[in-house]
Amino acid sequence: MSEQLTFTYTIDGNDFTRAGEASSSVKNKLKMLGVGSDAIRKVAIAMYEGEINMVIHADGGVITVSVSDNDITMVLADKGPGIPDISKAMQEGYSTAREEVRSLGFGAGMGLPNMKRFTDEMHIDTELGKGTTITMKVHL
Amino acid sequence: MKLKDILVLPECRVLSQGNPEREISRIFCCDLLSIAMGKAPSDGVWVTVMGNRNTLAVASLTDTACIVLAEGVALDEDTLSKAAEEGIAVLSTEQPAFDIALKIYQAGLS
Ligand SMILES: Nc1ncnc2c1ncn2[C@@H]1O[C@H](COP(=O)(O)OP(=O)(O)OP(=O)(O)O)[C@@H](O)[C@H]1O
Ligand SMILES: [Mg+2]
Repeated sequence: MSEQLTFTYTIDGNDFTRAGEASSSVKNKLKMLGVGSDAIRKVAIAMYEGEINMVIHADGGVITVSVSDNDITMVLADKGPGIPDISKAMQEGYSTAREEVRSLGFGAGMGLPNMKRFTDEMHIDTELGKGTTITMKVHL
Repeated sequence: MKLKDILVLPECRVLSQGNPEREISRIFCCDLLSIAMGKAPSDGVWVTVMGNRNTLAVASLTDTACIVLAEGVALDEDTLSKAAEEGIAVLSTEQPAFDIALKIYQAGLS
């Protein structure tokens, strides 16, 4: 079995201009590693949605991406407010985004559904007032 | 259709050129970023009125070839140079989204 590669990113809360940089960086790294373009697209989309959610809803956090022979695993951990009702949050169109972020084009309520759709496994672990950890896997 | 067929449209101002020889797949119109994230086609032309850094992030992650900013929407210098660096074309037009999307579509037919 070959070694597992891990990348870690600290995401700054409320910095909309830099949001997406971690996802871009992962996309470039996966390209250099020779990962197929379908898998890269899935990882890039899912990770960006998670990254931007951390910025908008949770004041930042930490993203860890690990690459093995069989899959790519993304773990997004924040110390934000937590998600009160996961099944509601997963619904297409559900959003609590503030007006100022809506004016930037966010708030369609499609981020979490995209994360689900573009990954093979997704698990949300959340506790009110403590934070949220989302684990996603894309199979290779 | 190639990107260069769009770059020459008189309705559009070219803010970032991208690769003129790039083959275009489809035209896509949307202003909500996470819908665009889920649906923007690779190598597509994306027409939007949402002009900010996140527009470029979505374009970049979905392998969009060209962003067309409708209704005279602008993009800051910093984001434009990032687009140029990433090889993503950016065009700006005074026209509404549908009108310019239709013109691009017709340019691809001729
Ligand atoms: N990390 C998080 N911490 C706390 N709440 C979250 C987090 N991620 C998502 N949410 C909640 O789930 C809702 C739905 O998230 P989703 O990403 O689907 O939509 P959105 O971020 O509101 O809009 P969009 O992603 O379409 O721009 C959010 O509005 C927010 O209330
Ligand atoms: Mg979101």
